[in-house]
Amino acid sequence: MSARPQARQAHGHHVSSVSQLIGIFVALLVLTGITIAASRFDFGEFDVWVALGIAGVKAFLVAAYYMHLRYDHPLHPALLVFSVLIVVLFLGVSLSDVLQLLPEVEAAPN
Amino acid sequence: MIAGAEHSTHAVAGSSTHASPFRAHHFETAEQQSAAARLGMWLFLVTEILFFGGLFVAYAVFRTLHPDVFVNSAALLDTTLGGINTVVLLFSSLTMAWAVRCSQLGQQRGLVLCLSLTIAAATLFLCVKGIEYYHKIEEGHLWVSQYGDATDLGTFNREGTFFSVYFAMTGLHAIHIIAGIGAITWLLVRSLRGHFSPQYYTPVDVVGLYWHLVDLVWIFLFPLLYLVG
Amino acid sequence: MSVTIPSSTRIPDRVWPDQNQGAPDYLRNSRGIMSWIYTLDHKRIGVMYLCGILASFLLGGIMAILVRTELLTPGPTVMTADTYNHMFTLHGAIMTFLFIIPSIPAALGNFILPMMLGAKDVAFPRMNLASWYLWVFGAVFLIGSMALNGLDTGWTFYTPYSTTTNSSVIAATLGVFILGFSSIFTGINFIATVHTMRPKGMTWFRMPLFLWSLYSTAIIQVLATPVLGITLLLLIAERALGIGVFDPELGGDPVLYQHFFWFYSHPAVYIMILPAMGLISELISTFSRTPIFGYRFMCYSAVAIAFLGFLVWGHHMFTSESPMAAVIFSALTFSVSIPSGIKIFNWLATLYRGSISLTTPMCFALSFMLLFTIGGLTGLFLGALATDIHLHDTYFVVAHFHYVMMGGTLMAFLGGLFYWWPKLFGKMYSEFWGRISCFIIFVGFNWTFFPQFLLGYQGMPRRYFNYEEKYQFLHVTSSTGAFFMGIGLFISAGVLIHSLLKGRRAPDNPWGAATLEWQTSSPPPLHNFTDDPIVTEPYAVAEFELEPDTGNYIRTEEAQPRNQLVETSP
Repeated sequence: MSARPQARQAHGHHVSSVSQLIGIFVALLVLTGITIAASRFDFGEFDVWVALGIAGVKAFLVAAYYMHLRYDHPLHPALLVFSVLIVVLFLGVSLSDVLQLLPEVEAAPN
Repeated sequence: MIAGAEHSTHAVAGSSTHASPFRAHHFETAEQQSAAARLGMWLFLVTEILFFGGLFVAYAVFRTLHPDVFVNSAALLDTTLGGINTVVLLFSSLTMAWAVRCSQLGQQRGLVLCLSLTIAAATLFLCVKGIEYYHKIEEGHLWVSQYGDATDLGTFNREGTFFSVYFAMTGLHAIHIIAGIGAITWLLVRSLRGHFSPQYYTPVDVVGLYWHLVDLVWIFLFPLLYLVG
Repeated sequence: MSVTIPSSTRIPDRVWPDQNQGAPDYLRNSRGIMSWIYTLDHKRIGVMYLCGILASFLLGGIMAILVRTELLTPGPTVMTADTYNHMFTLHGAIMTFLFIIPSIPAALGNFILPMMLGAKDVAFPRMNLASWYLWVFGAVFLIGSMALNGLDTGWTFYTPYSTTTNSSVIAATLGVFILGFSSIFTGINFIATVHTMRPKGMTWFRMPLFLWSLYSTAIIQVLATPVLGITLLLLIAERALGIGVFDPELGGDPVLYQHFFWFYSHPAVYIMILPAMGLISELISTFSRTPIFGYRFMCYSAVAIAFLGFLVWGHHMFTSESPMAAVIFSALTFSVSIPSGIKIFNWLATLYRGSISLTTPMCFALSFMLLFTIGGLTGLFLGALATDIHLHDTYFVVAHFHYVMMGGTLMAFLGGLFYWWPKLFGKMYSEFWGRISCFIIFVGFNWTFFPQFLLGYQGMPRRYFNYEEKYQFLHVTSSTGAFFMGIGLFISAGVLIHSLLKGRRAPDNPWGAATLEWQTSSPPPLHNFTDDPIVTEPYAVAEFELEPDTGNYIRTEEAQPRNQLVETSP
C-alpha cells in the first residue's frame, strides 16, 4: 500500500454520465420486477437463494456505480467485501450451532 | 524513501492547492481531506453493515428454526406497498447519485432539485411505511404477548417471532431513513447557500454513500421479509 | 544484558529551559473552561478522556474494595446480597466499558497517535470531540442506573434474567450502547488518520508498534462494536416493546443472545489487550536502549490477533453451545496463543540484547510481561474443553481475566501513563516513589488474584455472595491483597499529582526514545511540532545520547549524517 493512497485519485473522481445513472436505475427496476415474479414460482428450498441472488446483483449495481466503487480506491470495495464476509462468518457459525442444538431442544420435555 | 525533511507540515492554507474555505487546518491538501472523509464514511458504512448484520443473523436463525411460520407470516405483509416502497427508494438513490454528479459539475440548480427530490422520495417511503405499521399494529402484531405463552410450546403462535424480527429490521431501517433525511436537508441548506463547487463537494459525496447503503439494506429486506412466501 | 537502576544522579544540574520560545504549549495557548469544552485539539481531548477514565477507575476500584470487604466472611458482612449483586455488576460494567476499553486507545492513544505519526491532529477532530461527549453521556446513563434501581445482571446482561429483572437494565444498556458509539468514532478516526495523515517518510513499516496496535484495535472497534450495539438495542426493544428475540418466554433464543454478546465481547478483549501490547513494545525498546526484536513479526502478530479474535467467541459458551461448535472454538482458541507467544518471546529477546534501566515505566512493563504470561497460560486451561467444564464460572475464570485485563492492560496503562507523563504535562515525577508504587501494586495484585486461582480450582463459583467455611482463608487472603494493592495505586496517584505541583520541568526527550512525539517540546505546542519531525526508523534508540547536565537525550552527531543518507536515497 502506498503511503499516500489519495495521491492516485487526485482530481480523478469519477463523474457518472446521465445515461449510466438512468441505465442502472432501469436495471434495478427490472430486477425488482423479476424478484417479485420469481416469488410467485415455487423453487422449494431454493426460493430464498433465488431472492438473495437477485438482491445481490442489485446490490452490486448500486455499490459499483452509484457508490462509485468501480472507480474508487481499492481499499473501499475491500472494506465492503470484508465486512460482508464477517457477517457471513457470524451468521454461519451461529446458525450451525443452533442447528446442532436443535435435536436436543426438541427432545427436551416441555 | 524520502523522509520528512523538505516536507512541510505547516503549509499555509491555500499555498499548496486551490484554496477552499472549508479545508481544515490539519490537512495539507483538499484531496487529503476528501480522501480521509471518504475513508471515514466507508468505515462508518462497515459498522452499519455489521449493525444490520446482527439482525440478518437473527432472521436467519429464526427462519431456519421455523420455516413454515416465516412463510405464512410473510403472506400477511402487503407486497404491493412493499414493492412501491422499493421503487421509491431506488428512485431516491438515482436522484442522490445524480445530485453527486451535479455537485461535481457545479450545476447548482440541478443539485438543489436532486436533493429535494431525494428528500421527497424518502418522506414518501416513510409515509407508506407508516401506513403498513399502522395496519400491523392495529392487528396487534407488535405485541408478542398476544400470541400466547411461549413457555408452553403447544399453544404459542410463532407468528410473534416473525413480527419481532420484522419490526426490528424495518424499524431500524426507518430510523436510518429519518437520519438520512436530516443529513440531506443539511446538504440542501448548504447547497442553497452555494457552499459546494467542483473543488469542494465531499459532503454530498459521503452523504450519498450513506444514502445508498440505506437503499442496499432495503434491497435485501424487501425479498426476505415480503417475498419469502 | 545489563540492568541499571537509575538513581538521583540522573537529576540534571540545570533546569531544562522553556523550549517553545514564547509560543505557548497546548495547555496554555487558550484559557478558560470554554476553551476546553469546545476544543478540537486531540491532546486536550486526550487529557479530558484521561480525567474521565481515571475517575471511573476510582469508582470501579471503590466497588471492588467493597466487594472484597463483603467477601471477608461468609454471609452478610457489610451489605445485603442484593447490594452485593449490584456492586459486582457495576464494578464489572464500569471497569470494562468506562475504564479498560477507552483507557489506552481513547486517553493515551488520542494524545499520542497523531504525534507519533507526525500529524497535526486526527483526521476528524470534531468526531473526536463527539466521541468524548458520547463517552460522558454513556457514563451518565451507566452510572445513573445505579441511582435508579441499580443493576444486578452481571456485566454480560445475559437473557432471560436481564429481560425479567426489575433493575435498571434499559438505562444501563443504553449507556453501554452510547459508549459503543464513542468507541466506534475513536476507531474510525484512528484508521482514517493512519491511512491518510502519514507525512512523507512515515511508511507502514516505519510506524511504531504502538500505532500498529492502535490500528489493529481500531479495526476490531469498527467491526465488532456495532454487533454489541444491535444486541443491546434488541434487548432494550425486548424490555420496552415486548418483541421476542432473546427471551424464551416471548419465543426468543437465549443462546442466540450469547452468540451476539460474545461476538462483540470476545474481540473486545483484544480491544483491551492489543493497545497494551503495543505500548509495552515501546517501553521495552526504549528502556533496553535497543531496537525491538522482530519488528515485522510484531506488526503482523498485532493484525493476526485482531483477526483471530473474531473466530473464538464461542469459547465463552462451552457449556451452552453444541459439542461440535465447542470443539471448533476450542481449537481456534489455542491458535491465538501463537501471535501472543511471538510477542512475549520478542520482548524477551529485546531485553536479552539490551541494557535495561529500571525506570518506573519499565517496572510496570516487566510486571505486565510476567502477569500477562500467567494470565495467558491459565487461559489455555480454560480454552481446553475438558478442564473448562470443571473451571467454568468459578473463581479461576475471575483470576484469569483479572491477570489478563488488570495485570495486562492496567499495568500497561500505568506504564504508559508514567512514560508519557512528562510529554503530557511537562513535569518529571519522583522515580523512587514511582518504583515503590509499582512494586506494591505488583505484590498486591498477585496477593489478591493468585489465591483466586486456588479458590476456583477448589470449586468456588464466581459472583456468589455466600460461601462455605473452607474457602474463607483464601477469601481473606485475597481481600487483604486487594487493600494492599489499593495503597499502591494511591501512592501512584500521589506521585503523579505531586509532580504536577512540585515536579521539575521535563526535557523534550527524557527517556531517549526515537519515536516522533519526543521530537517536540514537553508539553507540545498547539499544532504538535514547531519544526517538521525527522522520520527515521522507529526504534533507532542508539542514535540518542543523554546530555548529563540537562537530562535530555539528543541525536548524536555521528548519527545525523547517516540519517540524512537514508532520507535522500530514493
